[in-house]
Amino acid sequence: MPLIEVKNLQKIYVNDGVETPALQEVSFSIESGEFVVILGPSGSGKSTLLHLLGFLDTPTAGAYRFNGKTINDYSKKEIAQVRNKKMGFIFQAFNLLAKTTVLENVKLPLLYSDMPEAKWNELALQAIQAVGLSHRVNHESSQLSGGEKQRVAIARALVNDPQVIFADEPTGNLDSKSGQIVMDIIRRLSEEQGRTVVLITHEIYTAENARRIIAMRDGRIENDQKVDRSRLDSRFQK
Amino acid sequence: MTFEHTFKTALTGLRAHKSRSILTILGIVIGITAIILIMALGQGAQDLILGQIQGLGSKTVAILPGRQPKGPADIASLFLDSLKEKDLESLQEKNNAPNIQDVMPIVFGPVRLAYQSETHQATLLGGGSFTDNDIIGKIFDVYPERGRFFNSEEVKGKASVAIIGDKVRRELFGSSDPLNEKLKINGKNFKVVGVLSSKGQVSFFNFDDMLLVPYTTAQEYILGRKYFDRILVVASSEETIARVVEDIKITLRANHDITDPEKDDFFVETQTDIAQRLSTIITALTLLLISIAAISLLVGGIGIMNIMLVSVTERTREIGLRKALGATESDIMRQFLLEAVILTAIGGVVGIILGAVFSFLVSLILSRIIALGWAFAFPVSAAILGFGVSAFVGLVFGLYPARQASLKSPIEALRYE
Repeated sequence: MPLIEVKNLQKIYVNDGVETPALQEVSFSIESGEFVVILGPSGSGKSTLLHLLGFLDTPTAGAYRFNGKTINDYSKKEIAQVRNKKMGFIFQAFNLLAKTTVLENVKLPLLYSDMPEAKWNELALQAIQAVGLSHRVNHESSQLSGGEKQRVAIARALVNDPQVIFADEPTGNLDSKSGQIVMDIIRRLSEEQGRTVVLITHEIYTAENARRIIAMRDGRIENDQKVDRSRLDSRFQK
Repeated sequence: MTFEHTFKTALTGLRAHKSRSILTILGIVIGITAIILIMALGQGAQDLILGQIQGLGSKTVAILPGRQPKGPADIASLFLDSLKEKDLESLQEKNNAPNIQDVMPIVFGPVRLAYQSETHQATLLGGGSFTDNDIIGKIFDVYPERGRFFNSEEVKGKASVAIIGDKVRRELFGSSDPLNEKLKINGKNFKVVGVLSSKGQVSFFNFDDMLLVPYTTAQEYILGRKYFDRILVVASSEETIARVVEDIKITLRANHDITDPEKDDFFVETQTDIAQRLSTIITALTLLLISIAAISLLVGGIGIMNIMLVSVTERTREIGLRKALGATESDIMRQFLLEAVILTAIGGVVGIILGAVFSFLVSLILSRIIALGWAFAFPVSAAILGFGVSAFVGLVFGLYPARQASLKSPIEALRYE
């Protein structure tokens, strides 16, 4: 059973009576452990697709099964629980809480979980260690560089040990060096920990970190293919 | 999310905007301060008045001439001369009213006193009894500090003797001894036989600024009238007051040939009656003032709502993020509702403290400067009410903004710049 399965997914935004189709007839499935990039220029519908996959929005038509269960069968409360426990989110703009320490930011998803409070610090510190920021635990988020902020956001996405991590242009606000560090961390999550990652980007070189690229244009899937491993390996050798 | 963490989160949210939060709660602070102040002062006034009435003794009943006023427009000055010597004699008759212990008629009016070159305006109180030498002391609980009361023989004989209050003594005699001195009232000489100790207000009489003479003398030589202003009656015990009141009515109606109680030309007032009437007036006044103060709470509440709406819009991204990370609608709702309630509850506590401080200062000023026996009263019920009301205001006016926050779609929120 695939972790994510979409069939003829459609999303139409209605604004002042004008219908704007953002997604049309999109079908694919993602198995557990895959690292998938959804690649496309702006307006291609990739963000809309990620919102639907992340339970942040509901489709106009079509079916989306997560863990074998259709999104329509989840109650509002269950949707919140799925977002909390099964999914981790990384955003382009980091979205850390201002005037709050790294540790508190990473603990944020635990506040909404049923995890006993005694374990919160341990879990958060583990996640922070995984992104190499142990020395920054008690810094306020505003004192961090952009790359470090995004690494905090990754730790926050990991803290509840989710089944899938959704990343929305995670390197979009970063310089290329910081962007590379962030992408290395995300790739390691996939390769070393076997985590499922769905990442959207408009940059081909970022997309090349993945094993599979779904290319989108004008709300449709243009291309869905595995990445040539040799190219990946050649990158490693550099 | 547990309440503890919702609370912490709400506090963090408020701390991020300290000066705004402080300004926002100002309306609540002012409203609660005003309510506490009014309630404390109302309580103080009530205590003061009740205390003064009790100074007259709860067994004392007053018979007043005229008809009991039925409303503010009622002319109570009818039959002001209805209480006569004959009524006094009838009430002293044990067969008419067996439960009456003491009876004393009183007359009063303003008088101009003169001693050598000094003059002073004071209140004349005519009292005394044909049978009891100490009746004034028994009824008013005032006694001469020096000298004596006039005795029943002097009352019978319309003697020109007087007892003066402490303030009268100071004004007329200064440091010299007033005993056995002669002061002049309407050109007639009165011998000072007693001086009262400083006593202050007893019921509605200020004995410090008073001249006591036998009521017979006052009627004949000073006021020139045959009737009494009041007849004070002391019942044998508190239990017999109702019986005494009935006896008085029956006796006086017989004396005045009245068959229809509607046409009474006198009325009887017990201390409880007076206390109740004054309490009602003070309570009504207090409630009126509180409802005015409540308007500032309403305005404060609207201010809270306004700021919370601004805050919700400003923090759209935060709300979206929290939802994306697993917050439910009710988590968000509780967080923002709690922020509003914490704001107003803090405002309430500050208001209670300020209200207590202000009412303490006011009672201090009243008792020091005006020398009223005003005690600082801080009603705990007012504090509880104030806190409850302020938290309730937060709950009511925080509800709409919190609902707006909880309904935000996470993607709208995350897209918001």
